[in-house]
Amino acid sequence: MKYIDYVQLNPFQKMMYQLKNFFVAIPRGIASFFVFLGHKIASLVLGIGRGFKNYVLNFIHGDWSTKTSYLVMGTGCIAKGQIIKGIIFFILEVGYILFMTMFAWSYISKFASLGTIKTTFTPNPMTGLDEAKYGDNSMLILLYGVLTIIVTCIFLFVYLSNIKASVKLEALKKVGKKPNTFKEDLKELLDARYHITLLSVPTLLVGCFTILPLVFMILMAFTNFDSQHQPPATLFTWVGFKNFTDIFYQNPKYAMTFGSLIQWTLIWAVLATFTNYILGMIVALMINKKGIKFKGVFRTCFVMVIAVPQFVTLLLMAQMLSDSGVVNVALKEMGLITESVKFLTDPFLAKVTLVVVNIWIGIPYTILITSGILMNIPEDLYESARIDGASALVTFFKITLPYMLFVTTPQLITNFIGNINNFNIIFFLTGGGPLNNDLYNAGDTDLLVTWLYKLTVDKNDYSLAATIGIMVFVICATLSLVTFNMTKSAKNEEEFS
Amino acid sequence: MIKSYKLRRNISNGIIYAILTILSIIWLLPLVWIVMTSFRGEQQVYINYIIPKTWTFDNYVRLFTDTGIMNYPKWFMNTLIVSICTCVISTISVLMVSYTFSRLRFKSRKAIMNVGMILGMFPGFMTMIAVYYLLKAMNLTRSLVALIIVYSAAAALGYFISKGFFDTVPRALDEAATIDGATKNQIFWKIILPMSKPIVVYTVLTSFIAPWTDFILARIIMGDAIDQYTMAVGLWKMVDKDFIDRFFLQFCAGAVLVAIPITALFLKMQKFYVEGVTGGAVKG
Repeated sequence: MKYIDYVQLNPFQKMMYQLKNFFVAIPRGIASFFVFLGHKIASLVLGIGRGFKNYVLNFIHGDWSTKTSYLVMGTGCIAKGQIIKGIIFFILEVGYILFMTMFAWSYISKFASLGTIKTTFTPNPMTGLDEAKYGDNSMLILLYGVLTIIVTCIFLFVYLSNIKASVKLEALKKVGKKPNTFKEDLKELLDARYHITLLSVPTLLVGCFTILPLVFMILMAFTNFDSQHQPPATLFTWVGFKNFTDIFYQNPKYAMTFGSLIQWTLIWAVLATFTNYILGMIVALMINKKGIKFKGVFRTCFVMVIAVPQFVTLLLMAQMLSDSGVVNVALKEMGLITESVKFLTDPFLAKVTLVVVNIWIGIPYTILITSGILMNIPEDLYESARIDGASALVTFFKITLPYMLFVTTPQLITNFIGNINNFNIIFFLTGGGPLNNDLYNAGDTDLLVTWLYKLTVDKNDYSLAATIGIMVFVICATLSLVTFNMTKSAKNEEEFS
Repeated sequence: MIKSYKLRRNISNGIIYAILTILSIIWLLPLVWIVMTSFRGEQQVYINYIIPKTWTFDNYVRLFTDTGIMNYPKWFMNTLIVSICTCVISTISVLMVSYTFSRLRFKSRKAIMNVGMILGMFPGFMTMIAVYYLLKAMNLTRSLVALIIVYSAAAALGYFISKGFFDTVPRALDEAATIDGATKNQIFWKIILPMSKPIVVYTVLTSFIAPWTDFILARIIMGDAIDQYTMAVGLWKMVDKDFIDRFFLQFCAGAVLVAIPITALFLKMQKFYVEGVTGGAVKG
């Protein structure tokens, strides 16, 4: 559709058109992602092939010290004058071999089965108590297996750079240049290769405490690590995609829980994001209106709520809204009700309460963020609208909202994803309750993330929890991918106009 | 005509004042209520009136003297230690990472940034179980060191805001310094950092506040080692159903005491907060 046709549509048709575009963009976004992935994989395979070819060729053409550094790392460097660098390579190799033989081999060799020797209990004739003879611990095998794989990958990289260094030195020698001394190498780390210095420690930390646990948890989704299979007493093993089929159709109770929670999660995310956004903007507009005094005072009143740590306000709210809490007392004193209102224990009312409390918490954020942008909307737009006789409501929906949406869409997406993962408010206010017996260990107000928490902490159903975690990731990633693609295309259009 | 316009404006402004005042009251009431309750003399959790009948400082005093079960001063020190260490480590690491991605150009820069973005999309809670077992294998659970390590390790992924700031510092400065013979290391410490005071302050404050407000990680790592709790877990424990009857008023007093420094810090840095968040938003 050309722009001129689009302008002529009525508002409803425009909205439908936008909506259609959004849904059309979903498969296209996913498809483009897979195309992108395909390209990446192809180039990766090509890269590995090329690397392997070089690996063999370098061995054939290299001199003796390059050849020995294929087996004993660092000899290439030592023979050509870079002694300290060579020694470091050698130490790394020795370290890796020690790591593998002393520690890792016993775990990685059982990685395929996750352990076979069961723990047995035999009664001790002396005490009459059962004595455990521990066998394999599947969880440690999985955890250290992943660790070993990551360490091996890093070692491979070091190994290849050892060969590369040797080949490079050889080439330098042929030209007749002197190789870098160790001091010069160090100096380079502060200048031309400064990124290595700056990134190494953060990468190491992220690798240990984010990537390793994440890979571990993702793999866990393909095992049967649940309450029935708890190491060290019992083993667990690989089960393929069983957990995924379980939550979709195989296990009716899981499937039903997953279905109803995903519905509520999405409804919650939409409600929480947009109520906050629109209501917050209206309040911000009121505060920033020309002729209103005490702007700072009003703003501070709202900002106070953000400043108080969130768990304090949430615990406080939970107390105030409980059956004999202060809100019910106040309502009774005013004579509005005679029986306590079940703000947090009635399935429907609890959901309403959550949305309202979320408005209370969220509006100040919107005010804080949008105030500045609202001031930037050109005043003449409003003036001409007023002259044409537009009411306040019309100017809001025709000028303010479109402008704000244009500027803050990325932030809206972040908020939306944040709300899908909004653990705190649910956990502290209702704890996911009231408990629903039709669901598997979940209540009516549980989001997917709080269910995840309950499954791990109360039930030890780790494999199921990991599966849910992956599903949440898929939802968030799809959303960001689609919106990212849409905004990117929008930006390109701007560039051309 | 002019008169009626003025009148209309006054009326509409009056209505807005009324709405804003009512809203401000609604927003502040819970905070007022908790302050009021923290000074309440009557010991029951639930009372059937709103304004306390007797006023006392007792709740605050008992918070610091009655440390048999709920050791508030200890929690306060725990949290302070954790947040100071985390603050130092993660500020340095965030600034280093964001400077790298903003200024240095190297082969796998885009790829590493994308990996960082993807890692951020997994629910944070998912990794915690594995982190727990990892720490257990290292014999570090139930210790403050564990908290410090995990908080600082995760911090590096939150480099977006400060990267956005570094992007706005003119590149000509770097080039001029390079011509004068400065290394990248010198440029970072001597030129970029002194010029980026706001973002350094922002990073310091956010990473200092994080341990005061984080609940879930501390809860999982500390388990039932009540002496090692941080503020958030401790206060949560106080209103647990086994303890609420005894500790509710102390909880209110404790919450007020935590909220005061955090509120002060936040009011101080809200300008940076807005700049950080919207700066990223406008640029997309």
